Amino acid sequence: MFYREAGQFKTSYKADQALMPILQDRVGLTVILLIAFVAIPAFANDFFLTSIMIPFLVFSLAAIGLNVLTGFCGQLSLGTGAFMGVGAYAAYKLTTIFPDANVIVMVLLSGIFSAAIGAVFGLPSLRIKGLYLAVTTLAAQFFLEWCFIRIPWLYNYNASGAIEVPHREAFGVVVSGAEATPIVRYFIVLCITVAIAYLMANVLRGRIGRSWMMIRDMDIAAELMGIRPLQTKLMAFAVSSYICGVAGAMMVFFWLNAAEPSSYSISLSFQILFMVILGGLGSLGGAFMGAAFIWILPVFLKFIPGTLGIDVAAETVEHVTFMIVGALIIFFLIVEPHGFARLWQIGKQKLRVWPFPY
Amino acid sequence: MMNFKQFALGTAVALGVGLSGAMTPAAQAQDSNYVPLLTYRTGPFAASGIHIANGMHDYLKMLNERDGGIGGVKLELEECETGYNAQKGVECYEATKGKGALVYNPYSTGITLQLIPKAGVDKIPVLSMGYGLSAAADGTTFPWVFNVPDTYWDGASVVIKYIGEQEGGLENLKGKKIGYIFLDAGYGREPIPLLEQLAEKYGFELLQYPVGVKEMQNQSSQWLNVRRDRPDYMVMWGWGAMNPTAIKEAVKIRYPMEKFIGVWWSAGDDDAAAGGEGAKGYKAMNFSGVGRDFPALDDIEKYVVGAGLSSTDAETIGGTLYNRGVLNSVIIAEGIRTAQELTGKKVITGEDMRMGLEALNLDEARLKELGLEGFAHPMKVTCEDHAGSNPVFIQEWNGKKWQQASGWIEPMTDLVRPLLEQAAAEYAEKNAPWPKRTEPCPN
Amino acid sequence: MLYDIFIDPFVQMYDMPDFFLQVLWEGFVAGILYALIALGFVLIFKASGVFNFAQGIMVVFAGLTLVGLNENGIPAYLALALTIVAMGVLAYGVERVVMRPLVNQPDIILLMATIGLTYFLIGFGEFVFGGEPKQMITEQLGLPTGSTAIEMGERGLIILQHIDIAAAVIAVIMVTALGIFFNKTRIGRALRAVADDHQAALSVGISLNQIWAIVWFAAGLVALATGIMWGARSDVSFALEIVAFKALPVLILGGFTSIPGAIVGGLIIGFGEKIGELYWGGLVGGGIESWLAYIIALIFLLFRPQGLFGERIIERI
Repeated sequence: MFYREAGQFKTSYKADQALMPILQDRVGLTVILLIAFVAIPAFANDFFLTSIMIPFLVFSLAAIGLNVLTGFCGQLSLGTGAFMGVGAYAAYKLTTIFPDANVIVMVLLSGIFSAAIGAVFGLPSLRIKGLYLAVTTLAAQFFLEWCFIRIPWLYNYNASGAIEVPHREAFGVVVSGAEATPIVRYFIVLCITVAIAYLMANVLRGRIGRSWMMIRDMDIAAELMGIRPLQTKLMAFAVSSYICGVAGAMMVFFWLNAAEPSSYSISLSFQILFMVILGGLGSLGGAFMGAAFIWILPVFLKFIPGTLGIDVAAETVEHVTFMIVGALIIFFLIVEPHGFARLWQIGKQKLRVWPFPY
Repeated sequence: MMNFKQFALGTAVALGVGLSGAMTPAAQAQDSNYVPLLTYRTGPFAASGIHIANGMHDYLKMLNERDGGIGGVKLELEECETGYNAQKGVECYEATKGKGALVYNPYSTGITLQLIPKAGVDKIPVLSMGYGLSAAADGTTFPWVFNVPDTYWDGASVVIKYIGEQEGGLENLKGKKIGYIFLDAGYGREPIPLLEQLAEKYGFELLQYPVGVKEMQNQSSQWLNVRRDRPDYMVMWGWGAMNPTAIKEAVKIRYPMEKFIGVWWSAGDDDAAAGGEGAKGYKAMNFSGVGRDFPALDDIEKYVVGAGLSSTDAETIGGTLYNRGVLNSVIIAEGIRTAQELTGKKVITGEDMRMGLEALNLDEARLKELGLEGFAHPMKVTCEDHAGSNPVFIQEWNGKKWQQASGWIEPMTDLVRPLLEQAAAEYAEKNAPWPKRTEPCPN
Repeated sequence: MLYDIFIDPFVQMYDMPDFFLQVLWEGFVAGILYALIALGFVLIFKASGVFNFAQGIMVVFAGLTLVGLNENGIPAYLALALTIVAMGVLAYGVERVVMRPLVNQPDIILLMATIGLTYFLIGFGEFVFGGEPKQMITEQLGLPTGSTAIEMGERGLIILQHIDIAAAVIAVIMVTALGIFFNKTRIGRALRAVADDHQAALSVGISLNQIWAIVWFAAGLVALATGIMWGARSDVSFALEIVAFKALPVLILGGFTSIPGAIVGGLIIGFGEKIGELYWGGLVGGGIESWLAYIIALIFLLFRPQGLFGERIIERI
């Protein structure tokens, strides 16, 4: 009823191969983009922007990055946090070496460094797969974390060992540092995330994306059909790490303002992995939904009792949050192992046939 | 299964709706002074954090219960759990700053570093009592950051001075080996520049043993290294689960405990107790009162803990870290009081609070009035000096409890101060354009 | 430089034999504890193909329950018995609530479910017993606490902690008991049958659910023993969780399905990282312990992807 593609005829191949062939999808996306670009900046307060929207977008981007690797190419990685860290440290070094360059460009360039490092740590994937590969990516995680601590050059020999984002201007406004307004930072993060998501949506349905999916579904068969596993897998690692690196750089430049090595620890890797799994492996929309769930739910649980006037000790809230998040993860995995993306599909089906059950 | 999925879908939708409705900020209270407390009672640093959180909370709560707040205005307290995690700390900051927060006490060097640039922009002072960025002692560069009564560099200089006294003079340090075991994070690395400088000046060898945050409970390698190098003294900058583990390991390798000295954050009662009998003789610096023979602490027990208004276990009142939390709250409360006097307002803002802290003068008479005679060394904050570099004493663990083991030892101010100023200038240069101080001096 | 890497460490080993032996002993003890955590992983992986990430947290949870009950006035041995009961309840609950509905899901989903379980147990444990680290009740449980120093004449001395010796003895007893259990009892054989082929096991009348509850319980007992031993060395707190990651390279070395592999792998990692850290770590600034184990495992994997004792991986289209 509400979501019916019947009657929408395509008269050209171009129309049939469009990113969103169905009218309702296009309308839906437009509404979401309008909310993101117009409604939220117009009505949201600083807390909503800095503590909910910016982290949500950053994590969505990181989840897209990991989804490329795990969801589309089938290579399980637990090193996401470290790859994000590489992006952050690279962006920091770049902007301190070239203080006059546009910091947004630097953030985008920093992904190249993490892509290179991701490709190096992707090499074992040629011989190892599945859980074994996950353990080797842990090697990347712990080794890189150690580098962030023990190579003082990376943080410009700061006594604190942390990277602190300097004040930078671009296009006449302050974009990073403490004076940057939340709204400016939000727009930058939003634009980068939307642009990369759009790019990836097109890459994934093209030749490259399809070759990744062949490797995921059956690597030996893919090899027999002429897909070169070396290039394909390494490209997946590189692209995934690039996106994660950009997300990591945005995390420190437009959200946190300073970062310690522990900001990019193993728990970040798990957080991103949760987003990908709960959102749905192999779904871009799922990455957004997973990020929303994993990031916003704890914030919500943390601040809601206070606003409702219920007096609960801070640590109890924290403990209960852990329990609820853990239980919900298990719950959603049992109910729908394919994640929110699948739930959304089921929802669309319901809308399609409503008011009839079938 | 289908019903199950519908249910899940429903939950997801309901949650989304709930979220969108819930994100309106809380109304600002106008008849009270709002003090957010960033604390951590969970995570690997909870062991230390719980006592600090209890001490901070209980003293301010006691003022509410006994005196009806400060200057007749109640304090509105809110704890926000950070888990010693910089991200969560920033989240707490963003969530609470809109409610008229007066001052932030991050209790984590990592969170402090993130808040320092924000403090001046949002006009809310940061009080990092005895931790955080040492260079922030330079009030002309960092008008919004306070680290009374001491910086880590003051502390490091006191340790070396004390070791020098034990050896019969600083000149006897020549050729000695001093080991430095520290938490490998911003916190533990902060004193290294000063220690290196002192090593050069007095000719001792500084051996570093970093302990990764992940390896806190697994320090056998570091202590094996200590056993091989046989340093004459060990200095520790530890926190959370690192402290008890280090003391246990030191006992295990039979390191002479009387030559093992911790910073004031490695001075918890539980930390030392973990080593059992063998920990006897372990020393730590301290600047807040030992024991519980203070009238103010009795009041806390009477009005707060006894009345069931706190999660504190009555036995832990008077512990080193609990008292540290109390001292922190004393500084907050005195800051508010001073601000009220200066501005004539009852309900103050972050900017007033900054002036109050800058004019803070906690002398002996005032401490006595508060029921805390001898609880801390008198301290005074000035425009230029936000730390004060106050004297510190050494306490010793006798197997059961802490005992004061030395008089007040002055830090090497003549050496530390120029370094602080230099570091502040470097910080401002690295973070250029760092805003110039625009706030006038109150005194 | 080359001298520092290739010659100096060996000279040091020769010059200070007491220290070298002490390092070996520390490596041995650490290895035993890694092996015990890995053992829990192996038990569950063997029987159900689940890579149980929550094993590390089960170690903490078991230790915390034991200490927490004791703190609330329950005598040590009774607390121990109650903790065993709690681990049984946990095993049954996990089987009923998590494992059974997730039968036949891909590996990664099961892995995620156990990470979800990890979160839940962290929250639950802290909620019930509080977040602060606790002292292990070593003495009350009748475990030794002292230490012995062995003099080596002029060459120095080696200090052996009695609790470490006890840990080694308990680990040996536990592995032997598990070996007998697997090879000689009816349930043990059923376990191996399930490990080999779920469907075949089902068709000869083995109850999968019962078997899974039993392995989770066995893993819970191993976790309890590990929790007591590790807790006696440091404190019982959730910071221990990170140590559990070390069990992963151990598993890689030993193979996911081999009990002797877990022991041997644990010892290799234990020795490797202590010797590496103490003799070579200083060259790069120390702290290489945090990743050395993973790199050893990684290099090892490149040559033998199935681990030392693992079954050969054969893939068909």
